[in-house]
Amino acid sequence: MQMNMVSALNSAMDIAMKENDKVVLLGEDIAKDGGVFRVTDGLLEKYGSGRVIDTPLAESGIAGTSIGMALSGLHPIAEMQFAGFMFLAFSQIINHASRYRSRTRSSMSVPVIIRTPVSGGVKTLEHHSDSPEAYYSHIGGLIVVEPSNPYDAKGLMLKAVHMNDPVVFLEPTKLYRLFKQDVPEESYEVEIGKANKMREGDALTVITYGTMVPVVNDVVKSSNLDADIIDLRTINPLDERTILESVKKTGRVAIVHEASLSFGVGAEISAMIAEKAMFDLQAPIVRIASPSLPYPFPGYENYYVPNAQKVAQGLDRLMKA
Amino acid sequence: MISDAYSTDIKLIQVMDTDGKIDDSLLPKNINDDKILEMYRMMLYARNFDAKVLSLQRQGRAVTYAPLIGEEATQIGSAMAMRSNDIFVPSFRQHAVFIARGMPLDLIFLYWRGYEEGNIIPQNVKGYPVIVPVSTQLPHASGIAFAQKYLKTGSAVVTYVGDGGTSEGDFYETMNFAGVWDAPLVLIIENNQWAISVPRSKQTMAQTLAQKAIAAGINAVQVDGNDVLAVYKATQDAITKSQSGPTVIECVTYRMSLHTTADDPTKYRSDSEVEAWKVKDPILRVRKYLASKGIIDEKIDKEIIEAQTAEIDAAVEKAEQFKPDPSAMFTNVYSFMPQVLQNELDNAKTSNFWV
Repeated sequence: MQMNMVSALNSAMDIAMKENDKVVLLGEDIAKDGGVFRVTDGLLEKYGSGRVIDTPLAESGIAGTSIGMALSGLHPIAEMQFAGFMFLAFSQIINHASRYRSRTRSSMSVPVIIRTPVSGGVKTLEHHSDSPEAYYSHIGGLIVVEPSNPYDAKGLMLKAVHMNDPVVFLEPTKLYRLFKQDVPEESYEVEIGKANKMREGDALTVITYGTMVPVVNDVVKSSNLDADIIDLRTINPLDERTILESVKKTGRVAIVHEASLSFGVGAEISAMIAEKAMFDLQAPIVRIASPSLPYPFPGYENYYVPNAQKVAQGLDRLMKA
Repeated sequence: MISDAYSTDIKLIQVMDTDGKIDDSLLPKNINDDKILEMYRMMLYARNFDAKVLSLQRQGRAVTYAPLIGEEATQIGSAMAMRSNDIFVPSFRQHAVFIARGMPLDLIFLYWRGYEEGNIIPQNVKGYPVIVPVSTQLPHASGIAFAQKYLKTGSAVVTYVGDGGTSEGDFYETMNFAGVWDAPLVLIIENNQWAISVPRSKQTMAQTLAQKAIAAGINAVQVDGNDVLAVYKATQDAITKSQSGPTVIECVTYRMSLHTTADDPTKYRSDSEVEAWKVKDPILRVRKYLASKGIIDEKIDKEIIEAQTAEIDAAVEKAEQFKPDPSAMFTNVYSFMPQVLQNELDNAKTSNFWV
């Protein structure tokens, strides 16, 4: 069935709720309104207000109560309206969701999914365009996923809801309705911790995820580059094996993400490659990312987010090195 | 036109006064002298335990510790009012709650010796581990309370916060969520007058901390937190009506000792203030009552303390035999073992870093 990312996520949560009555949804405006992006649309009517819950407007409260629910045998899926507002829940996620299992030596666990729209490119107001994946990946104890297409979105959501771990589920706003794909109506899983090799090539490796996936794909096609394209899908834990196998084959690596450059996911991957495959490299690693500054107002975002031209220039630099 | 939009008042409950005299009209029906003796024993137990950890800490045998002395009535009264299926969610000073709920003492010591294994709480204890960041345990409690209602367990959830913690956002968010959900939550404010060095008077202009619950539209009461019977009564009442919604109980007590072992209260508060509170000691008044009834005397008191000390010492010995396994740090992070962690664990094992 043809689905965009919104309908694929909706289908995943519908299946999860049908499969398991311990799954509950909570967040701001998610019930009657179906969420500001309509990702939970129609689920209130199907499962009732006891399981699809409009909460008071308080992100820390949403995260903290979700942790409590998860500690008691429920499997909550919490929506944070925007990643920029989710920082109010940062304390709960970092201090508790990430470490409850380790601090109780697995005698307790926090099976919770915290979903939020991320990244920009759709001319939203301030604080609606953050790309926070590095923060949540740095702590350890959290799974951080970011699908770039409807198929992966549904499969990752179903996998997440079948696991007994806290998952930060990042949904690129720009990709919510950008395109449709053939997605199975039934349940299936996409493995967590496994990157997707989207395209095979021998000359270079491009590692990317989220909003940059379609941009990289277009550039590689239009420039006729013989590239491996790796869509990470899971940021943490990182699929080192897929990355290293490709790097050893091609010897040239570019990492492309929308989040700002410094201390980002690209830095982690570069360091990992430098440690484990330095002598397979034929050229310095190239990172293509947004500048190291806060996300600008929408009027400036086209100057900020990497576009096809910036990606093409970066890949050209890599090939000429 | 101006009319009253809302008005309320906050009641203060005391059942036993500082002389050990009981207001019989307020005494819960299920309380008799045996039960009062049991409360007395538990409060003594808590005080003995507390003194032991403090002494271990001073010898370098425990990590930073938050003493509870002075707050025994608040903790024991509330914990003993809980039914066997009720659940507690503590902050970091509720050692007496753990003890009263049957947490093995050696595990409590293990936590305060700095090992996560002390957080492996037996199922029958029906509680959650110590939480250090102030007030952040409260939203968990409202989520746990939501789950009890959702799963129709009939359990109530009793959680704890200090006076300083009532200034945190998570405190308000918790009352608000629990209120909207009619969650079976009892939120105990253990108002010990001091948030490290900041006195209650500088924490808020609100005249009581209990009244903060009024804004969330939930039940509120203030009790003499050094009166174990008043705390018991208020908690029992709140649990009884918990299936129709949450209650906040402000227990007015006093931190007789340090915030933690890293603290020196002489820097910010006077000895005369501490002395004034000694008259209101939670154990003293129960001792007066039981002695007046001929239930205890100095000899019985001594026997109780000696028996408790022997148990406490045995638990310390058991906890000190614990041998940490550093690989447990790696194997309990996720429900599965990510390759990155496996590599780091393998490297640590093959290096001499852990030797």
